[in-house]
Amino acid sequence: MPVVRFEGVSMRYGRGPETLRDVGFSLAPGSFHFLTGASGAGKSSLLKLIYLAHRASRGRVELFGRDISLVHAGDLPFLRRRIGVVFQEFRLLEHLSVFDNAALPLRIAGRKPNTYRDDVAELLHWVGLGERMHALPATLSGGEKQRLAIARAVVDRPDVLLADEPTGNVDPAMSLRLLRLFVELNRLGTTVLIATHDEELVARAARPVLHLEHGRLIEPGEAE
Amino acid sequence: MSGPFDLNRWKPGPLLPPRDARDGALVFVVAVLCFLACLTALAALAANRAADGWSAQLSGSATVVVRAKAGETPDSAAARAAETLAGVKGVSQAQALTKDKAEALLEPWIGRDALVADLPTPRLVTLDLDPKAPASAEALTKALHEAAVDAVVDDHSRWIADIERGAGLARWAALGVFGLIAAAAAAVITFATRAGLAARHEVIEVLHLSGAEAGFIAKLFQNRFAAMAASAGLLGGAAAVIVGVTARLAGGGAGLTPVLPLAWIDLLAPLPCPLIAALVAGLAARAAALRLLRDMP
Ligand SMILES: Nc1ncnc2c1ncn2[C@@H]1O[C@H](COP(=O)(O)OP(=O)(O)OP(=O)(O)O)[C@@H](O)[C@H]1O
Ligand SMILES: [Mg+2]
Repeated sequence: MPVVRFEGVSMRYGRGPETLRDVGFSLAPGSFHFLTGASGAGKSSLLKLIYLAHRASRGRVELFGRDISLVHAGDLPFLRRRIGVVFQEFRLLEHLSVFDNAALPLRIAGRKPNTYRDDVAELLHWVGLGERMHALPATLSGGEKQRLAIARAVVDRPDVLLADEPTGNVDPAMSLRLLRLFVELNRLGTTVLIATHDEELVARAARPVLHLEHGRLIEPGEAE
Repeated sequence: MSGPFDLNRWKPGPLLPPRDARDGALVFVVAVLCFLACLTALAALAANRAADGWSAQLSGSATVVVRAKAGETPDSAAARAAETLAGVKGVSQAQALTKDKAEALLEPWIGRDALVADLPTPRLVTLDLDPKAPASAEALTKALHEAAVDAVVDDHSRWIADIERGAGLARWAALGVFGLIAAAAAAVITFATRAGLAARHEVIEVLHLSGAEAGFIAKLFQNRFAAMAASAGLLGGAAAVIVGVTARLAGGGAGLTPVLPLAWIDLLAPLPCPLIAALVAGLAARAAALRLLRDMP
């Protein structure tokens, strides 16, 4: 059973034109995909459908084998908790410390602070923010914010990790390090989908690619 | 911020930013509403107390107007009536007013010149009734009738009914004003919650997308506004108590007697104000938050 499955999915913002058209694909459990495409092709929009920030206007979206249009509203939060998201624009909570930002999903899941304190600290050390745990996001560099966003996305061991341009603000060395983190999580069973422009990253990882053009998925080798 | 991060001293920070600029104005508005609600409550208590006092005084006494029969002086008729009435059950004291006193009572109504000596001035017998089981007007009339005294009994029941009606009206009016104030407070809090949700849209969305349930997010707003309203209620209630104490002290020993007699114990009425304010605000904020969250995907 695929973790994510799209079938004939279209989406639009409000009454605007269709941003995605007739998109179909599926992500097997434990798979690792890249999502590529020009700016404006609809990468972020497609991710929004998966992390349930937006609903499809047509077609069928399945998460963990469940048609989400049939899922009771009260169950949606629990589906969302199984999906970690690195937002393109980070979306850190500016009034909370680095540590509190990283711990947020655990807190929302209702875990007691003393059960996760050490794990959060360890993860922050791992992404190189061990010395900035007190800091507010506004005082972080772009790359540091990115690493914090990644830490928050993976802290609760999600079944699916969605990352939108996770290496957009870091140097090649850090980019490689983050890729290793994603690969490591993937090895532990997390299904990974990374939207990126970073050709070098895609080439280096040698993983299957979903390519979007003007809101349509294009098979590899298919002519434009 | 300085020094290494101490895991053992770490406490989770507040999920909503602790202060919004508009909080001060909101506290003021809610405090004023609480103040008005407490004043209403105090006024209702005082009105109640005044009504009780008046009807107790009235129901503890009765007046009998005695007319002399042929061959009897007014004084002896009044004396006979007083004697008869003193023996009725439920009467603790019966006293015939002397001619001078009766005339003194009548003078303001008919003037000194009209009080001609030979005009038969009706005599009054005043009765103090047993406060626990006062004699009824019928019982008094019957006793007078049996003793063949021509007299009319006034047990003040008409006045008592009026006072009780007035007191009842005052109670309902106070309740109505109280309800209006609570509704206004709820409306203000609802607006404030909406503004808070709009201002914190970024935070709410992150919580929402991280899998926070609507109830979890609503509770953040509920708790925040309940705490705000509790402190506003404390301020408003305290202000009302200060006004009450001032009235009590300025009005002498028994307060602004007899208009609005406030007892010291009445000044405890604003005590539940912070609790009620917190309850109203918490519920209003929760409802407003849940309604807005329902529209999220
Ligand atoms: N909130 C929105 N409301 C209306 N239109 C939107 C919204 N977000 C995106 N769009 C439009 O949808 C299309 C796809 O946008 P999307 O953000 O998915 O592209 P993208 O592939 O992620 O681009 P980038 O690589 O620049 O991040 C664009 O034409 C964009 O203008
Ligand atoms: Mg994008």
